[in-house]
Amino acid sequence: METPDQLRDALLKDINTADTVQALEDIRVAALGKKGRITDMMKGLSQMEPDERKAAGQALNALKGEVADALEAKKTSLGDAELDQRLMTEKIDITLSPVPESKGTIHPISQTIDEITLIFGEMGFTVAEGPDIEDDWHNFTALNIPLDHPARQEHDTFYLPGEDGERKVLRTHTSPVQIRTMTDGEPPIRIIVPGRTYRSDYDATHSPMFHQVEGLVIDKTSHMGHLKGCLIEFCRAFFEVDDLPVRFRPSYFPFTEPSAEVDIGCTREGGEFRIGHGDDWLEILGSGMINPNVLSNCGIDPNEYQGFAFGMGVERVAMLKYGIPDLRTFFESDLRWLRHYGFRSLEVPGMVGGLNR
Amino acid sequence: MKFTLSWLKEHLDTTASLKEITDALTMVGLELEGVEDRAKGLETFVTAKVLEATQHPNADRLRVCTVDPGNGETVELVCGAPNALTGMIGVFAPGGSYIPGTGITLKPTEIRGVTSNGMLLSEREMNISDEHDGIIDLPENTPIGQPAVIVMGLDDPIIEIAITPNRGDCLGVRGVARDLAAAGIGSLKPLANGPVPGAFKSDINVHLDFDANAQAACPYFVGRYIRGVSNGESPQWLKEKLLSIGLRPISALVDITNLMTFDLNRPLHVFDAGKIKGDLTVRLAKDGETLKALNEKEYTLDHDMTVIADESAAEALGGVMGGEISGVSETTQNVFVESAYFDPVRTAMTGRKLNLQSDARYRFERGIDPAFLENGMEVATRLILDLCGGEPSELVVAGASPATTAPIYLRPDRVQELTGVEISRDEIQRILAILGFEVSGDSDQWQVSIPSWRSDIVHEACLVEEVVRINGFDAIPATPLPRETSLPKPALNQNQKRRSISRRILAGRGLVEAVTYSFMGDKEAALFADIQRSVVIGNPISSELSVMRPTALGNLIQAAGRNADKGFADVDLFEVGPEYYGDGPDDQRIAATGIRTGQTHTKHWAEAPKPVDAYMAKADANAVLEALGAPVEKLQVFTDVRPYYHPGRAGELHLGPKNTLARFGEINPKVLRALGVKGPVVAFEIYPDAVPTPKSKSAARKLLSLSAFQPIERDFAFVVDSDIDAAKIVQAARGAEKVLIDDVRVFDLFEGPSLGEGKKSLAITVVLQPTEKTLTDEEIEGVAQKVVQSVEKVTGGVLRS
Repeated sequence: METPDQLRDALLKDINTADTVQALEDIRVAALGKKGRITDMMKGLSQMEPDERKAAGQALNALKGEVADALEAKKTSLGDAELDQRLMTEKIDITLSPVPESKGTIHPISQTIDEITLIFGEMGFTVAEGPDIEDDWHNFTALNIPLDHPARQEHDTFYLPGEDGERKVLRTHTSPVQIRTMTDGEPPIRIIVPGRTYRSDYDATHSPMFHQVEGLVIDKTSHMGHLKGCLIEFCRAFFEVDDLPVRFRPSYFPFTEPSAEVDIGCTREGGEFRIGHGDDWLEILGSGMINPNVLSNCGIDPNEYQGFAFGMGVERVAMLKYGIPDLRTFFESDLRWLRHYGFRSLEVPGMVGGLNR
Repeated sequence: MKFTLSWLKEHLDTTASLKEITDALTMVGLELEGVEDRAKGLETFVTAKVLEATQHPNADRLRVCTVDPGNGETVELVCGAPNALTGMIGVFAPGGSYIPGTGITLKPTEIRGVTSNGMLLSEREMNISDEHDGIIDLPENTPIGQPAVIVMGLDDPIIEIAITPNRGDCLGVRGVARDLAAAGIGSLKPLANGPVPGAFKSDINVHLDFDANAQAACPYFVGRYIRGVSNGESPQWLKEKLLSIGLRPISALVDITNLMTFDLNRPLHVFDAGKIKGDLTVRLAKDGETLKALNEKEYTLDHDMTVIADESAAEALGGVMGGEISGVSETTQNVFVESAYFDPVRTAMTGRKLNLQSDARYRFERGIDPAFLENGMEVATRLILDLCGGEPSELVVAGASPATTAPIYLRPDRVQELTGVEISRDEIQRILAILGFEVSGDSDQWQVSIPSWRSDIVHEACLVEEVVRINGFDAIPATPLPRETSLPKPALNQNQKRRSISRRILAGRGLVEAVTYSFMGDKEAALFADIQRSVVIGNPISSELSVMRPTALGNLIQAAGRNADKGFADVDLFEVGPEYYGDGPDDQRIAATGIRTGQTHTKHWAEAPKPVDAYMAKADANAVLEALGAPVEKLQVFTDVRPYYHPGRAGELHLGPKNTLARFGEINPKVLRALGVKGPVVAFEIYPDAVPTPKSKSAARKLLSLSAFQPIERDFAFVVDSDIDAAKIVQAARGAEKVLIDDVRVFDLFEGPSLGEGKKSLAITVVLQPTEKTLTDEEIEGVAQKVVQSVEKVTGGVLRS
């Protein structure tokens, strides 16, 4: 009769050489099944002396465990090999393309307004809005542009019939929202107004519809130094040039006094346009201290309150920042243009992640 | 506004460089537009004398000239100009020089057997004018061998600046010089404008004839008769001056009026006195009265326009343009000179009505100096006497100078309060004084009188502006805007945030955002709504942009059509923007509007593309509404849709009977046909602002309760009439058991002859979610029976066996 050690060696050898799961199962039944060899040996224990039986029992149990482990290990490895073989037959041409998905984009005007809103939002401005179809008073008169003012002629206004001889206009700037905010609320005021604006002009550099962002600050102390500080911060943050030169020079707007136009530094050296330090200036903003007449028109006492306003063209700053050459293309809805100049949906400007990816 | 550097220096005593001057112009608010250096490229040309001009031996029209260019050597050249004559002095271009007017670099050339070693130039060849009738003929005392640009005054750069509408006073060179003097660029020279004694009383008198309410049209008129003038060509200096700023010299008298306009901002008119009948009357025109103006066009006038008329007819349009009949000519001997003040508003209106622009109108409508009529006349008289001779009358004065702005109070502290820059009181006073203001009064409130030429200065802030702009905006310290709270409050309100969310959800779903015009064509708009008269633009750019859009759909569909024409037929576009249904401030609302056209995707090896369908648009609408927090599961689908949708393939998502949150579906093929766009086009219109605001402001979510038991699914198929909506069946199934039924989904729809005419089979999965214990078979069966009963009762259908 063979010893447990001999049996172990024989079984382990068989297990090791088994090459199918079925062969392994046959070995298991032959060793551990009801009539298996180890089972038989276990049965033989009952005829042994108690002290002999204890030692033999421990040895057999160890053998049983060892064989079972070896069977399991071999089974796993045989199973993996069979799976590997099957997986090889399941090969696909992974160079083929997936089902195409349409790539959605955000229009550069929306993205630019989001960026501008973010920067001014950080400075405590909130967004205000107003109607595109305005009356004459909000669009002109209240803004210190009386009927016969030469500035009114330069606005190329679109007119709508209106009622009782009072025609309506498509707002020529976002400034009427200044008026609505001042007449509807109380200082302190700190708003920006992004929106659609309209002028009856169409050529390479003019579109009958375009977008502006207006800003308005009214309180008891804000002065032109604050205007400068606020807009310098904006320009540097928006164009992402830390030391961007910003220049203020006197100009004229009926609704501000003093008035300033704001230029940023740029260069065309080497035939390439770049924003930053350079030999040239580019006008991007109009601004100024609110004309006291405008405050009075809105029921705000100019001896108590003061403040500043500014405005910029959204398409213009977007063109400069993103290198878009032609204003008219913004509104043509050419898919190729929209995809090329657009932004992915999750490119949301943020102060933590930055304005742009 | 253009002038040359030397012209500026006639008024400004300065040693500043050109760069210092141009920088200062921009920084006082007279923005530099450009500097033109006319001498550039002309440096090699010199004055030269034609020692001998003889007939070319082999060509009738050519001459052979021996030229002395002043360097000790003579040069022989061939010249075709008829005025190339012995003894003349011209401009010589030596061999090797580049001729800007022709683009040719000169080489010694043989012209019909004679070698030509240079060229005598015309003005066109120098690129300084179009003159090419002959070569330049310089005065006989011109030194030879000198750079031509210096002799011809071309070394004088032309400065061009932009004048803002408030600075009419800087539409003359002297006004510009005054601003520069204030900014520390030299000092303003005095102007010789003392009276010229009159030798006789004018034959022509002037009457101002206005009703009481129109007195302002022309309150003040100064005239002068000058007899015995001769109106020839202007001298070279005057011609050069006018040419330098782009004006064509005409005759001495006309040139003098132009000089007065651009130099001193004092537009004048000179009448040929011989053509005036009787006295001159300044009055409003009669309706239908006509005037042939100096531009040779005839204008029909009305009763709002000011004319200067003689006994027979209107002879000039006040402040705008003189008349042709009484204009001066070469034969004019006696003139009557007008220096008047015309009302800015009326002048502007007249010019606009007649579509007539002129240098005079441009100035009068911005307001000229009402106190410079007589002095201006004296300056002009001197010029006329100098250049044309003659004898002046005494001044003819009608009316009086209109009142100028009353003195304004200035609190000197306001300068710093409004601008943040500290400027000493002495400096404030210095700046104001140089600009012509006079300061008086006590230390905290000054009385400042306004110079007559500054009609734009109307209140204290204007004075502050004058001081800070001359002191320099660079000196204003940039100051951070103080924060009202240490962290900013959100910049967007709820509705604004919703627009942003809608936009980014749609882009995330593969749609491309467009921004289209707020206008559209009236015919196209009528496909979508009855257009109110109130949203029709009175002066549209074109018929395609003539009404305010009732929806962005039309523009998007047309954009899809344009893209298809370029070969891109599968278009997924959206726009978040306004639509208009009236002209009141609340008659516009924001919609998130989108379309999908063509096929789901391009041809593909694994998955065939299919045409876009209404359910895709519904999915877009649902996704946006869900992101906006709308109770999507509570929305009702209305099938009664607007006519621009397919009547059987579109719906509206309502919350209650009146609140429409979205529309979606296939666009009616009739609309596509009218717009010339190929279908299918599916669309959605979502109204983000219509989503109800959540009642609770708290960010906390409802407590999540998770069941410990697995959900169970049971499938049912019902045969119902074809016109029974799926929603009805789903709703009936859902309502069958309120506690256990968690979800009901449609998973199959079948129509076929086996079911019988007008029938369909709809299969649903009902999901049961036990919450307290595992369900027994009996309990499940009980729910299943309730579902069947409820659906059969509501729909009249039967469970499919």
